[in-house]
Amino acid sequence: MLVLSVTLVIFLLVASLLLYVLIRYRQRPSDSEREPAQVYGSNQIELSWTVIPILIVVMLFLTTTRVILDTEAAPKPSSALDVTVVGHQFWWEYRYPKLGVVTANELHVPISDPAKPTPTYLSLSSADTDHSFWVPRLAGKTDLIPNRLNTMWIDPQKPGLYLGQCAQYCGTQHALMLLRVYAQSPEDFAAWIKQQQRPAEQNLSGNSAAAEGQTVFMHSACINCHTIAGTVASGRYGPDLTHVASRDTIASGPVKNTPENLRQWIADPNSMKPGVLMPSMHLNDHDLDVITAYLTTLH
Amino acid sequence: MMQTTSTIPFSAQAETPWVLPHRGVVGIACLIIAESAIFIIFVVAYIYYIGRSLSGPMPAQVLELPILGTICLLSSSATVHFAVSGLRKNNIRSCTMWLAGTVLLGAVFLMGTAREWYHLIHDIGLTIRTNLFGTTFYSLVGLHASHVVVGLIMLTTALALLLGGHVKEKHAERLEVLSLYWHFVDGVWVVVFLVVYVLGR
Amino acid sequence: MANAIPVLEAIDQTLETKRRPPLDVVYEWVSTVDHKKIGLMYIAYALLFLLIGGFEAVLIRIQLAVPNNHFVSPQVFNRLFTMHGTTMVFFMGMPILFGFGNYLVPLMIGARDMAFPRLNAFSFWISAFGGLLLYFSYLGGDGLYGMGSAPDVGWFAYAPLTARIFSPGHSTDYWTLSLLLTGIGTTGTALNIMTTTICMRCKGMKLTRMPLFVWLMVVTSFLVFVAVSPLTAAQIMLTLDRYLGAHFFDTQAGGSAVLWMHFFWIFGHPEVYILVLPVFGFVSEIIPVFSRKAIFGYPAMVAASVAIGFISLSVWAHHMFTVGMGPAGNTFFVFSTMVISVPTGIKIFNWLGTLWGGKIIFKVPMMFCIAFLFQFLVAGLTGIMLSAAPFDWQLAGSYFLIAHFHYVLVGAIVTGLFGAFYYWYPKVTGRMMSETLGKWHFWLFIIGFHLTFDFMHLTGTLGMPRRIYTYEAGRGWEGLNLIIGIGALFQTVGTLIFVYNLVRSYYHGEIAGHDPWDAWTLEWATPSPPPAYNFAVEPTVRSRRPLWDLKHPEDQDENYE
Repeated sequence: MLVLSVTLVIFLLVASLLLYVLIRYRQRPSDSEREPAQVYGSNQIELSWTVIPILIVVMLFLTTTRVILDTEAAPKPSSALDVTVVGHQFWWEYRYPKLGVVTANELHVPISDPAKPTPTYLSLSSADTDHSFWVPRLAGKTDLIPNRLNTMWIDPQKPGLYLGQCAQYCGTQHALMLLRVYAQSPEDFAAWIKQQQRPAEQNLSGNSAAAEGQTVFMHSACINCHTIAGTVASGRYGPDLTHVASRDTIASGPVKNTPENLRQWIADPNSMKPGVLMPSMHLNDHDLDVITAYLTTLH
Repeated sequence: MMQTTSTIPFSAQAETPWVLPHRGVVGIACLIIAESAIFIIFVVAYIYYIGRSLSGPMPAQVLELPILGTICLLSSSATVHFAVSGLRKNNIRSCTMWLAGTVLLGAVFLMGTAREWYHLIHDIGLTIRTNLFGTTFYSLVGLHASHVVVGLIMLTTALALLLGGHVKEKHAERLEVLSLYWHFVDGVWVVVFLVVYVLGR
Repeated sequence: MANAIPVLEAIDQTLETKRRPPLDVVYEWVSTVDHKKIGLMYIAYALLFLLIGGFEAVLIRIQLAVPNNHFVSPQVFNRLFTMHGTTMVFFMGMPILFGFGNYLVPLMIGARDMAFPRLNAFSFWISAFGGLLLYFSYLGGDGLYGMGSAPDVGWFAYAPLTARIFSPGHSTDYWTLSLLLTGIGTTGTALNIMTTTICMRCKGMKLTRMPLFVWLMVVTSFLVFVAVSPLTAAQIMLTLDRYLGAHFFDTQAGGSAVLWMHFFWIFGHPEVYILVLPVFGFVSEIIPVFSRKAIFGYPAMVAASVAIGFISLSVWAHHMFTVGMGPAGNTFFVFSTMVISVPTGIKIFNWLGTLWGGKIIFKVPMMFCIAFLFQFLVAGLTGIMLSAAPFDWQLAGSYFLIAHFHYVLVGAIVTGLFGAFYYWYPKVTGRMMSETLGKWHFWLFIIGFHLTFDFMHLTGTLGMPRRIYTYEAGRGWEGLNLIIGIGALFQTVGTLIFVYNLVRSYYHGEIAGHDPWDAWTLEWATPSPPPAYNFAVEPTVRSRRPLWDLKHPEDQDENYE
């Protein structure tokens, strides 16, 4: 805010001076012949408009440094939640190492009480190219760079859904690598964690389509890229699908998570997000139906 | 149709002699600044990656100090200097002799580099793609060697022109410009030697 | 005056008005080493790329005018913004400014040509080839798997996106090679300008008597030596990575993506100063003439320009505040970036001081310079905002940043360039450009500029990142993007009027004479257009404004210096 007000004041001052000069000293029709007094300079004036800006710069610099240290060098409270964020082309992987949870694309964090802060510390890295984590209402952005670990923290105090998106060009679908951060009350967050910690439901005897879908899934290439905890699917290249049905969106944000959309995504991801790295699985209609039925049971 | 309405100032005699630097020297100085900037970036990359190779041969294991090559290259700076001063005194024979010496010393340096690389590639198996050391070593030393090659081509051309009797005392400044380039190449070698063979090992 | 040489208003052209065989004309231009012709070729080439790059921008704005648009595919969009940025910086900005420098520097210092005329020609042709090579990528970029066409990695081509695995095919290589070649050309021209200025000034033209434009070209040339080379080095490294399996930026082998960023921005930041300093030079020549006063504080202006040149080499990582350099690194670059505002501010104040007490004439060149002053002030101030790292953490990589740098590139540089065109066109062609068309151009362009780039700041503060081919509705970005697009159309119309004015005035413009603006530097002492040899007799100067001295023998400048 200080920076904004200082620059605004400077702008108003200089711009109005400029405007004044342009009006006051414009050529009038009566004096077209004379040349004005030639003034070549003034050392005092030069000194004053060197020294004053230097003082303003020093002041801005010191205040900025203080904010930098408050943000980047803030001590980490022991009650902070740790989340590891790994950027992929074009989705987000979230791991909660101390809680044993792995999920994708929708980040859940507890809100923080100013009296007893429980911020979330994000460790950021990338599996492929550069990305950047930017949720404007929560924090400034920090880049995710392969072979490098960056950290940042967020400290939401009001529950709700915070939107953002990848802010470092990472390839064809950079535009649709959206961020959804759900800040929840401690109770809601704990409930969500418990749900995420459970492995996938194995007993699907009540739902024949889903049971068949599970078989088809486990015998096709899906398992090479995706993980479903508690089954043989343990691929790490694509998002973890153990609780895919509990998410509001798929494709990292732009597509609502409905059975129709899910089915179309599996049929041909490129039709919904051209340039995405998941290939079309070329499944027939029946397989698509049953796999969709299976995935929609994965809460 | 000719009309005259104003004039350029013109002075029959100047107050003091108006002497400006020679353009050849200024031009080569500009080139040297630009080339130094390229080398600095490769040196920075080399230094940054010291010790960071994930695998493969390390500098201390495979590099030997190129003493002979260094002595030859640095002496060639002296010989080219004598060649220039010989030409300034209109001593064509002296210039030819010293210039030939410069080319010879430069060629010995290059041969040393070639032998070193042959050994590294064929006997040890270190290539530009082996690890970070290989990448930064071959690119930095190679960039320098390519500048030596260019310099030698220019020096040999000058030598050939000398032998053909085409070079006179008035060309001394041009030979000096070439010698400045050669001094630059030697200066870069001092840095490369220190960074690669002393600091990096 | 007794000791003076008469100057012709215009060379007797009767012998040359007979039509010459077209092939003769072509051969003359292709083989010329005359700095004026080479300068004009640079400018014409750059104008062509201004139109092409502008067209790419218009396509971008149409795609973004409404949410979820399908005007172009994401792949095409990504190529458009890459090519737009690369074209405007390297094939519009650099050539046009070095073109003006080529034309004006020898004239302003009383010389007959550049120090190395053949190097001059070589530099032009290799730069020109670079531009054609980049655009050939649209046709020839197909590599394996049909991954081809123009580069789509962004104009700063971050690693490891540019690695073979993420950018297969040859499109990235077209980017790398064309810029490498152009960089060689730029370095050659800078070498020429530096050497010419140091070694070929006319008698009496001490360094402290050179026009400010020449000073600024000298500082620019120095920056070219020191800044373009890191880009050349980085591109060699990238090519080694892509073709010989080197690991400079290969993160899988322990290489560093951040190293590319450092190398690129060590080039990239001084690059924008290379682009803006010559425009400071234009403005420093035009404002005094149209205020009828000498520039206020010439020594301070020189000192500030040199200071900006040096400091600009130390600010590069303000493009990397979000990369995680740590508080120490971030703080250093905050400081250096804020410090550069001091000499920059000094220049703005000195321009103000020149206007103060003057007699301001609102002809078209001056109108553009006044717009420059307001717009550059805003650009500098948003720059100060961004230099505060925490502010930058929010707004880097967003449309606020795009608005800031377009304020500099279009609001300051292109605007100043337009002023320079109107000012020096009479010297180059012997005819005046139309003031009426010029005013249409000015108002349409400025209105369009503000519609686009003022509102663009808002989209950024509302969270819209850059380089996205579309966006969802409901983020609050829709209406703003539409206004931005409309502004782009205004700017297009204004620019087309400008091009029309350039062509039309060549045939129908009022005859200019050798000094239509009643100016004071040496180029106005030659006929319009100047003969091939510039000056029949090498001039001698005794002050910074030799023509003022001649016109005002009772009040010569040399009494005050």
